[in-house]
Amino acid sequence: MILQTTTTLLTFIIVIFSVYLFFAGHYTPGGGFIGGLMTSAALVLLLLAFDKKTVQNALPFNYLSVAAAGLMISIITGVIALFFDVPFLTHTFGYVELPLLGKTALTSTLPFDLGVYLVVVGVAMTIIQTIGESE
Amino acid sequence: MSLIHLVILSPFLLAILVPFAHKYFKSIHTGWFVLVLPLVLFIYFLQFLSTTMNGETYTSTMKWIPSIGIDFVVYLDGLGLLFALLITGIGAMVVLYSIYYLSKEKEALNTFYVYLLMFMGAMLGVVLSDNLLVMYSFWELTSISSFLLISYWYHREKSRYGAQKSMLITVFGGLAMLAGIILLYLMTGTFSIRENIANVDLITSHELFVPALLLFLLGAFTKSAQFPFHIWLPDAMEAPTPVSAYLHSATMVKAGIYLVARMSPVFAGAPEWFWLVSGFGIATLFWGSFSAVKQTDLKAILAFSTVSQLGLIMSLLGVGSAAAYYDYIGENAYTIATLAAVFHLINHATFKGSLFMVVGIVDHETGTRDIRKLGGLMNLMPITFTLAIIGAFSMAGLPPFNGFLSKEMFFTGMLQASEISAWNMETLGMIFPVLAWIASVFTFIYSMILVFKTFTGKYQPEKLDKKPHEAPIGMLIPPIILASLVVIFGFFPMLLKGVIEPALYSILPSNVLSVEVKIYHWHGFNTELFMTIGVILVGVLLYLTVAKWGKIYEWFPQRLTLNKLYDGGLVALDRGASAFTKSHMTGFIRDYLVMIFAFMIVLLGVLLFSTDAFNVNLTNVAPAGIYEVILALVMVISAVTILFVKSRLAAIIALGAVGYSISLFFVLFRAPDLALTQLIVETVSVALFLLCFYHLPELSKKMDKLRFKVTNFIISLGVGLVVIFIGLSVNSSKLFESISSYFEAASYKEAGGKNMVNVILVDFRGFDTLFEIAVLTIAAFGIYAMIKLRLTDKKGGVKGESK
Repeated sequence: MILQTTTTLLTFIIVIFSVYLFFAGHYTPGGGFIGGLMTSAALVLLLLAFDKKTVQNALPFNYLSVAAAGLMISIITGVIALFFDVPFLTHTFGYVELPLLGKTALTSTLPFDLGVYLVVVGVAMTIIQTIGESE
Repeated sequence: MSLIHLVILSPFLLAILVPFAHKYFKSIHTGWFVLVLPLVLFIYFLQFLSTTMNGETYTSTMKWIPSIGIDFVVYLDGLGLLFALLITGIGAMVVLYSIYYLSKEKEALNTFYVYLLMFMGAMLGVVLSDNLLVMYSFWELTSISSFLLISYWYHREKSRYGAQKSMLITVFGGLAMLAGIILLYLMTGTFSIRENIANVDLITSHELFVPALLLFLLGAFTKSAQFPFHIWLPDAMEAPTPVSAYLHSATMVKAGIYLVARMSPVFAGAPEWFWLVSGFGIATLFWGSFSAVKQTDLKAILAFSTVSQLGLIMSLLGVGSAAAYYDYIGENAYTIATLAAVFHLINHATFKGSLFMVVGIVDHETGTRDIRKLGGLMNLMPITFTLAIIGAFSMAGLPPFNGFLSKEMFFTGMLQASEISAWNMETLGMIFPVLAWIASVFTFIYSMILVFKTFTGKYQPEKLDKKPHEAPIGMLIPPIILASLVVIFGFFPMLLKGVIEPALYSILPSNVLSVEVKIYHWHGFNTELFMTIGVILVGVLLYLTVAKWGKIYEWFPQRLTLNKLYDGGLVALDRGASAFTKSHMTGFIRDYLVMIFAFMIVLLGVLLFSTDAFNVNLTNVAPAGIYEVILALVMVISAVTILFVKSRLAAIIALGAVGYSISLFFVLFRAPDLALTQLIVETVSVALFLLCFYHLPELSKKMDKLRFKVTNFIISLGVGLVVIFIGLSVNSSKLFESISSYFEAASYKEAGGKNMVNVILVDFRGFDTLFEIAVLTIAAFGIYAMIKLRLTDKKGGVKGESK
């Protein structure tokens, strides 16, 4: 009971930290890879505290699809560059006025990193879940 | 492409049509369709006689691979024409003979004639090609078609054995010849035989001259069944008799003779050529005739006889090559040897072809070829008997047949050879006429055995499967034609002047100005005549007493025969290869790893020290702080612990300690991204190791210490040292500045990021990252598939199939 309560609390903190790592990657240590691993660590914690069914109901993801989607996003980021007549995977960046955040630096590496993030989460969770399920 | 190209390729074209003829005209023997072609070709080639007799040649080019100088160049001179006439003429007779020999109902005629036509076309290609590589292609095609023809009755084991043997030996020689061709090309830069002959000075002075010569001779000797490569020919007698008559007496075995004759202008004049060609020729002559006497199978006698006669021709060509070196006894004294070679070539094709057909008739009509079962067939098969007498007497070298003439000239050539005053011939020269004479005695004996053991003596009908009677007329016509040629050439040898003379000019080098073809029966009382008389006298004596001295063949140790050597060699090769494979392909991964690492140590270590690449330069080494030293000690201690702990759990934890110290190193060396990643990855992998540990099966879970093995210790020590040396050397010699300064400058300006590592990962080198995440995805899918996909159930059967 203590574990489950703590877990619910901790999971949020870990997820927020992982999201921070993910977004901060371009300026400070972090990035898609570490962010993804952190997120999966949070999910593993959930798996440890609750049984697999509960977690599956709360987060109904097929993690293989998550990994595939991440790979897809990364590739599409690269392909988009081709439409602007520049080589595959050329990135760009710029400062945009966003409604909530104000002036923000946005770069096209972010969706690429998002792909990395999703792949890492998908892969880590797939491996852990598959091994955990097997007899 | 001109007509003559079409002529050479016409057998192949007809071979395509043969199966259709066989299928749609079932009532007619397929051979009749085939027969037309060699006849037409024979007449076509006869037209060229007038061209070559005038000393002219005919050339025609068809482009094949012009960019590397390989074109189908047809070059028709005296030598080529002689062979082309032999191939088509005897080819026509063999086809006619085979029509009566092979039964329409029982045999697969379509394959037989397809193979035979393939062979005919290939053989024409060999003798008429000027381009060496084209010739080589046709050469191998003769090997292949001969292989197919020998194994025509492929359900017999002996046929397959003989076919394999001939294939292995002739292809071995063919490949050697290919190497020789390439060497010639290296010397002169051309594949054309004529251009090579024109550049003969360049070739003789080149250092590759002798290797090329040896390789060409290897090709010629294997094809022409010279000692010690003759062993395939007796086993090739499992082929149908028309095939033996055509391939193994008249044409294919003469391809090697053709090659020697054709390349004579290039190689002749060198002592190596003289000694190898005439030496192997005379050895083959002796050994073939000696071995023929002990055979009991008619075709085996003829096979060894062919071997021996080919040796005779080869030795004559060898002696004739002395003409290229010098001529000091009279005018062109050694050309008579070449003349004898060409003349005997024709003679041998005629009498050996007819003898094979005679043997085929005997086999066909009595059901056996064993001379111990045969006898007294003279009255039953008078025509066959007459043909056999003519062929065998000509083979033995008796007057008035053509064999007598070529044998006389052979003796002349050999006697002259003993008078060559160079190349150690003063001391060894007498071997030639003596061996030649002894071989002729044996030739006489087996020729007599062939005729008289078969046709005279007691008739033993109880031993024969069939009731013998005279053969059908169609089977007799071809040997009758050939035997008549034996007699005609015997009485009127000058008829062949027009064929022989141009052939001589092709073989002999250009420094021989004039050759006069003079072949007469009567030369007066000279040494050669007395030698022949001696052959006959001693031969008759030995033939009559063969029962007494025949035991000498049993003295020869059976274990030491060349066939035993060949068979043993094949078995030893097979066993050796298998033992060699088993010796290192053990199936244990640890053995392969030892090999891989040992190879790595040797390769890298030797390279490092042999090229003087090893150096230690400590000038740009950063000072080591106290933290680094402590951390390194921790790492070393935990790494060593892994090796010496008893339990696996402790090893896993020690491994984790190594991983975490690495991540601390990353911290120390200011690599926060790496430190973070290493920390998490190490955690995950330790967790996975623990998982594996937990699932180890109970039975083999022995908590043993790692056993000490000397090999492994040396190998691991070696790998470690080599890697350290390489690391030191690499670090000591930085050749240029690192490019990292660019990334430092550009990561914010061009990519808008301040985390340089991440910018490199996703922007500058995003391509790598893309595939790394692909790798991760594949790994995930792989693990998922391995665990979820269980095709075999617990009993070991496959799920889908057990239903």
